[in-house]
Amino acid sequence: MVSYLIRNARILGGAPQDLHLADGVIQAIGTGLAVDADIEIDATGMIVLPGLVDLHTHLREPGREDAETVLTGTQAAAMGGFTAVHAMANTTPVADTAGVVEQVWRLGQEAGYCDVQPVGAVTVGLEGKKLAELGAMHESAANVRVFSDDGKCVDDAVLMRRALEYVKAFDGVVAQHAQEPRLTEGAQMNEGQVSGELGLGGWPAVAEESIIARDVLLAAHVGSRLHVCHLSTAGSVEIVRWAKSKGWDVTAEVTPHHLLLTDELVRSYDPVYKVNPPLRTAEDVQALRKALADGTIDAVATDHAPHPAEDKDCEWAVAAMGMVGLETALSVVQQTMVDTGLLNWEGVADRMSHRPARIGRLTGHGRPISVGEPANLVLFDPAYRGAVNPESFATRSRNTPYKGMDLPGRVHATFLRGRATVLAGELAEQGGLE
Amino acid sequence: MKRHLVSAADLSRDDALLILDTAEELAQLSGRAVKKLPTLRGRTVVNLFFEDSTRTKTSFEVAEKRLSADVINFSAKGSSVSKGESLKDTALTLQAMGADAVVIRHHASGAPARLAQSDWLHGSVINAGDGTHEHPTQALLDAFTMRRHLNAGLGNDLSGRRVTIVGDVLHSRVARSNVHLLTTLGAQVTFVAPPTLLPIGIEPNPDTGAAGWPCEVSYDLDSVLPKTDALMMLRVQRERMNAAFFPTEREYSRRYGMNGSRMAQLPEHAIVMHPGPMVRGMEITAEVADSPRCTVVEQVANGVSVRMAVLYLLLGGATLADTAARTDSVETVQ
Repeated sequence: MVSYLIRNARILGGAPQDLHLADGVIQAIGTGLAVDADIEIDATGMIVLPGLVDLHTHLREPGREDAETVLTGTQAAAMGGFTAVHAMANTTPVADTAGVVEQVWRLGQEAGYCDVQPVGAVTVGLEGKKLAELGAMHESAANVRVFSDDGKCVDDAVLMRRALEYVKAFDGVVAQHAQEPRLTEGAQMNEGQVSGELGLGGWPAVAEESIIARDVLLAAHVGSRLHVCHLSTAGSVEIVRWAKSKGWDVTAEVTPHHLLLTDELVRSYDPVYKVNPPLRTAEDVQALRKALADGTIDAVATDHAPHPAEDKDCEWAVAAMGMVGLETALSVVQQTMVDTGLLNWEGVADRMSHRPARIGRLTGHGRPISVGEPANLVLFDPAYRGAVNPESFATRSRNTPYKGMDLPGRVHATFLRGRATVLAGELAEQGGLE
Repeated sequence: MKRHLVSAADLSRDDALLILDTAEELAQLSGRAVKKLPTLRGRTVVNLFFEDSTRTKTSFEVAEKRLSADVINFSAKGSSVSKGESLKDTALTLQAMGADAVVIRHHASGAPARLAQSDWLHGSVINAGDGTHEHPTQALLDAFTMRRHLNAGLGNDLSGRRVTIVGDVLHSRVARSNVHLLTTLGAQVTFVAPPTLLPIGIEPNPDTGAAGWPCEVSYDLDSVLPKTDALMMLRVQRERMNAAFFPTEREYSRRYGMNGSRMAQLPEHAIVMHPGPMVRGMEITAEVADSPRCTVVEQVANGVSVRMAVLYLLLGGATLADTAARTDSVETVQ
């Protein structure tokens, strides 16, 4: 196995140090390390973070391989500095059986660019009517711990209660897509000043907040773990903050795009901005940033949602919802959280690696950067500045809202158990198991 | 002027007055034996209607033919669109056929804007109504009608005039276009509706600092009538009645319907308008609809003149400086 000596890298933004990676683990950390390594990297000015963990990725395989495959999705993840991703269940067929989650998990293993942890559906076919075989998915080779009907809300209060109770048997967590369905019928964007002017169906904040309020109470009632997907409103933040103040086991995530973009962009009617939950107001963006900084929001999750061109190159009403985000996530977090002084790099490591790994119960990821730990690392150049060019993406789809935008930072290298999946900003030629 | 007319908000005061003044001159044509100008001879205009609309489509078609354009009517029903063709592919087809302008009516808000911003076609895009967004030529014909009654004369705007728009503002593209255009022309706009039929964000919000729309809002029609110069009734679609926007048709009619006794509260010079089609007995009684103060039929006639003016100015490439030349051409072609 190839060994690496990384010179003068700033671990979590600290003082420059060298790291020696060999046999899949961090062998040594220090200044002026005198070791023989196959490859030496001059990392002057670069930051080392633990490999990023995404709680919310859509890999589209099986079913929509024209949008993404496990291979292309994990390549994109590696390019973004991720070493583990949770693959959402809304595939075709839905990942609601042990067979499908094992298939996705094995495809991830074979691709070898990133660990793929499948998320199991809460209900059969995401239909919200009957619990899927949650235990069987947990007992499968995929060892599922996170369950979600993401894309759809488990809006039946009884079913949600049962799911929360049931997963306690194997320390699972239900990740809720909070969207009250009746309040969002026909909704196409955030309900507010802009939707009123544009004549687009409004998606009120209360449709998200009312479900979160109900779910935190349910989770507290049954003593279970609840994770709230992609918070998008200031009100949602307040509910999660209140639940945490009660000591309840509630966690939450925010997407990079909800930290940066607002509903004002919808004025262009460009479907690249059509996303679920919708882009909200500047006040919401500020509240989300503050909550991520103070820890009310636990994690940044990409909600990477690839779509082929034809699903976006159309009028707003019929366009698919979602945007890709794996390859730009860390840059957006740098711009919105680090460069604004809200979060230091240690905080970034906490919100993008340690905490998401803990929520997903991934024991091999989100580890401290110290000797003897698995060498799951990302080497990031925060001084880089450049316009986003979707043509260079590894993901199969190009639906990014950042095209042409100057974003800071670039992933220089990603290491998965000591093996470089990305080196010098380029994808390693071969993934695969070693 | 810009190349497209997607939103009434795109029009400056000068643009709007140019259109109204041009329409005023073109209106003279309807009184002549030969109602035709050669202005758009050799130009191809496509009426691309994804949604049924006999009134607007006919109005545009008459306007296009009076300007001698080659007119193609492309209806989504029974076409490739019903077989799943996308807006993009439809637009590329029209581009290949050499369309100089596309008049588009679409059930989705923003479809004309998308078409105008895309590189799918190079001609002008004229919004003939998109979802619940805008209907700018309707606003222009409304303003044209108001000006004739309230402040007639070329170059005049609607300064100081008070316009009340009543009914389903939430779902009305006419209301959205009118609030932009009428305020640009100096009028004061008041919307009257039950709160369920008003868009979120229409009123200022001191908590968020949102300014709201450039208009006033009232839930009480009777209090607004005495200070109204033009009263515009909006159609209430039947399907709204079963969607909890208001309790019953009867209650809506009692609180927001226009009838004879309410008409008596209007100043004598005030007019009653309606974009049509009217639901008689629901939002407007026959007594009001058939009154000489109701301008519904006149609005239809004015629609042709206004749409001629828009096509003429967008496709003719005219600017303010061309006004004199335009007047000459109107005069010489008889």
